[in-house]
Order: sequence, then C-alpha cells, then structure tokens
Amino acid sequence: MTAILARFQLDYGEFKLDVDLELPAAGITVFFGHSGSGKTTLLRCIAGLQQAAQGFLEINGSIWQDSGRGLFLPTHKRPLGYVFQEANLFPHLTVRDNLHFGLKRLKKKPDLTNLEQTVELLGIDHLLERLPERLSGGERQRVAIARALALNPEILLMDEPLASLDFKRKQEILPFLSRLHQQLDIPVLYVTHSQQEVAQLADTLVIMENGHILAAGPLSETQNRLEVALIQDRDATTVWQATVAEHEPEYHLTQVAFAGGFLSLPAMEAKIGTPLRVQIYARDVSIALEAPVATSILNVLPAIITDLADNQGGQSVVMLKVGSETLLAHITRKSALLLGLHTGMSVFAQIKGTSTLTHQ
Amino acid sequence: MLNSADLDTLLLTFKVASLATTLMLLFGTPLAWWLTRTRCAWKGIINAIVALPLVLPPTVLGFYLLVLMGPAGIIGKITSWLGLGTLPFTFPGLIVASVLYSLPFVVQPLQAAFSMIGEQPLEAAATLRASPFDTFFNVVVPLAKPGFLTATILGFTHTVGEFGVVLMVGGNIPDQTRVVSVQIYNHVEALEYAQAHWLAGCLLLFSFSVLLLLYSSQKSQPIAHPLK
Repeated sequence: MTAILARFQLDYGEFKLDVDLELPAAGITVFFGHSGSGKTTLLRCIAGLQQAAQGFLEINGSIWQDSGRGLFLPTHKRPLGYVFQEANLFPHLTVRDNLHFGLKRLKKKPDLTNLEQTVELLGIDHLLERLPERLSGGERQRVAIARALALNPEILLMDEPLASLDFKRKQEILPFLSRLHQQLDIPVLYVTHSQQEVAQLADTLVIMENGHILAAGPLSETQNRLEVALIQDRDATTVWQATVAEHEPEYHLTQVAFAGGFLSLPAMEAKIGTPLRVQIYARDVSIALEAPVATSILNVLPAIITDLADNQGGQSVVMLKVGSETLLAHITRKSALLLGLHTGMSVFAQIKGTSTLTHQ
Repeated sequence: MLNSADLDTLLLTFKVASLATTLMLLFGTPLAWWLTRTRCAWKGIINAIVALPLVLPPTVLGFYLLVLMGPAGIIGKITSWLGLGTLPFTFPGLIVASVLYSLPFVVQPLQAAFSMIGEQPLEAAATLRASPFDTFFNVVVPLAKPGFLTATILGFTHTVGEFGVVLMVGGNIPDQTRVVSVQIYNHVEALEYAQAHWLAGCLLLFSFSVLLLLYSSQKSQPIAHPLK
C-alpha cells in the first residue's frame, strides 16, 4: 500500500525541515499545521519547486529525487498536478487555453474525456471563453483544479486551495473536493490549516510543527492523540463515521448512528443509511459527572476518561471513550480540578449543537 | 524642402535604428532575463555597466569607443586580426556604438516587465510540463509584451536621437555614418536654417508621434497584477 516515500532535510537557518514519511498511494493525505510549520515547503519539495539539499522521493515506484545519487527530476518532468493557494491562472490565456496548456505538452496524446468530465464535475463549462480576470475567486480556483486534473496526473498536490477564499466561496468548492474524493483514484496530498477541511477530506492525516512530523497515520488514529490535541489547542477535533438513522421532521432534526450510539443533528436531506462524517470540536464538548436531568443540550453521551492533560493556557484537554469512538473535550483547568477528573472515571459528555456535519 | 542628401540621411538613420534595435532586443532580452533571475555576485556590476550610458555624456562613451576600436585599442586589434579593419568611421562601428549607447533603454523596461511577472506563473508552467525554455517563450514573453513594446520604441527613438556618440565614433561620412542629427548640425554650421528646420521638424514629429502611441497604448492596457 505504501507508495509514497519522502525524506527531506532542508536548512534555511531559522527554519529547518526534517521529515521522513511513508504515505499510502490512495485517498487524500492532509498535511495540517500552523503557518510556518513547513507543510507548504514539504509540498513544494515533493513537486520539485524547491530542492531540499538532502532528499529522497519515490512515488509509485519511480524515483523523483535521490540526493545521494545526485538525482533530481525537474518539476516539468514530474507527472503531477499542482493547485496553488492563489489560482495562478495565466492571465493572457482564456480558461480553455489555461486548461489546454498542460495537455498540449503531454508526450502521450491526451485523453480529452478526462478533461470534459472534470470540467463538468467542477461546473466550469460556461466559463471556457473567459479570461481569468473576469472570473470570481471561487471560479478561478475551480479552473485551477480542473487544469491540474486534466493532465491525468499520477499524484495531485494541493497547497491550501481554499485559503484565499472567503467563507461562501469555500462552501462553494468543498463539495467539489468531496466529490473528487470519491471519484479520483490517485493519491492527493492536501495542505491546509483548516480543521473543517481535515474533517471533510482527510483519509490520512499528517500533523506538522516547526518543520517536523508530529503525527502521521489514518485520520482516526492521528487526530485523537492527546499531544496532537494539545498542539491544536482550541481547534482540536474528533471526526466520527456515522450513518443517517432517522429523520425527525417535526423538530427539524436527524438522528445519526455511530459506533457509540446516536446523535441528534440539524435536519439534513439524506437517505436513511447514508454514510457521513461528523466533526466535533473539543471546545464544544463539556463534561458532567452525573447524567444531567434538565438540560437544553440534546447530545449527552456516557463516556469514560481515558487520558487528560493541561495546556499552557489554563485549559485541560480530556480524552474520552464513547462506545468505541474517541472524543476530545476542551474544558478549563479549574473545572477539571473542581470535578476531580481522572483517568478511568465515568462521566457524561455534553455535545453542544454546533458540531459540523459533512456529507461524504 | 528636403534635398536628396537629406533623404539619404533619413534613410540611413532608419537603417541604423532598425538594425541597432533588432540587435539590442536580441542581446538585451537574455541579458535582462538573466539580470532579473540571477543571484550572482556580478549582477550589480553588470547592471551598473549596462546603465552607464544613461548618465555618461555621449562624448565620453564615444571617446572610449573610439580609443578601444581604433588601431591601438583591444577591439581594434581584434577586428584587424580578423581582417575586418578598424570600426571607427564605418557603418558597423556606428551600429556597435549605437547598441551600447541605447542598450539600457531596452534592458531596463524588459527587466521591469520580467520582475513584474514574478515567480508564480513560472511555477505554474513548470507544474504543467513546460520546460524553462518553453515557459520563457509561451508565458514570460506574452506577459511581458508591454515591456517589449516600451523597449522597442525607446531603443529605436533613442538611437534616432543620438548625436554625440555618432560624431565621435562615426564621423560625418555620407551614406556611412551621416545620420539626421549630424546632418542638422551640418546645415546649421552652413547657416542653411531652412533645411535644418525641415529635418528637425521631421525628427520632432516622428519622436512625438511614436511616444504618443506608446503612452496611449499603455493607458488602455494597464499593467495590473501579472496574475489573476
């Protein structure tokens, strides 16, 4: 399964990148970290836009860089697709010519059905004759994604493709990315600092800090680790796999089933049995010692404390087990002390109704 | 009215300016690209040398060229050894001098246009399978089009307007080096003010209309962000 091997060492004085990764050849791998953590630099090293002094990179059996042997494949010879943070379209070319720029340069005669499908999937067919300056930010980014995918690349690299867009535009593109997720059979490496994008897109999660890998592995394993939650601080989240179980139209609610029970969520239009991901921010989870009898919070789940730790800012991160799922809670240290929380304790986790929900 | 000698100088001036501009674009484009991209320590020195004609009196440049290209100068020795004779007071010598004299007017607008493009389009092109060479001709050149227009026009008009360098290096030889600016000087020396008026008027009209064309075309094509 392992098909991407990446080792890079790069020293810019105040910033050092030192990574050694094995990644699966399928699904979306999200590189997550704060700005300056080195995630974009890592992606650029994989693309060959930056050359790490010490580096080894193997993708699907072909070696793109091996500094030991003085081998470095220049970017234009790597069969990849790259989506930049700014759409980076050529301003002198129409959307159509932007899309064909790479295709014209392929050695093999390109398969145009791929392009047609991508154009349709991304909903940009009506924009083909326009110049980039006449597109909105969201449209530009969709064209950029199509331009990268049109090449039928062996791997797709995306550097914060949504970061320069406002909330509305993000919501316009995320569904496309989700759909791509289902339809693409190539590995995607995706850089972001947004928990929402992690929750919605990641199969594999790589968490970076100060040029190092803090954690890497399947989403469910990686993001539920306590030290990861501590680093992520207020952004720490858990993502649960769930299925739609029952609709309650009278309350505008939908019940979903997960490995530890049921959750009430805002009503959604999805058939019973539809799989989905539920994202729960640790800051939206509070803890009670007894089952609250009178509370406005719908989602109260019995849980067991498996671990807890304090951060620098007077906050405690509590790791809980709900059924077989892990849940993180972010509470004040004072509350943790007053409640006398400790490992192994049985408690009730109250999830405020703000948890995000994403179709998959 | 213009007499046939005047027309000959006009024709010669056009020839010199066209040839010099072509050569400047040919050498100036890679030079400007290199100056934009390089981190080489020599960059500052090369930049300064290219820009020198902007500040030097043309007679100084002309004087050094005269010495260097003369029989005792390095360039003169090389050209003699090659069997080309010496360059001062010949048409090729005038071209060499014109190219050096007007080069900054070509290199600097190109450098400005190239650095406006920035790194992003080049990286985008690389991720779309375009080699650096391919990228230069299909991304950089189209995006730097306003820069090329400015460089061509400034290089051409500046060559047409040169006088000091021509007088030092080219002399005053009919059909060889006698360009319009020199011919105007001849007329004034000979107190032929009417003739001088005609030629000076031609030059004034030409330069003004070309510059007008340049600046009005820039207005309609604002140099916005190179990338959208």
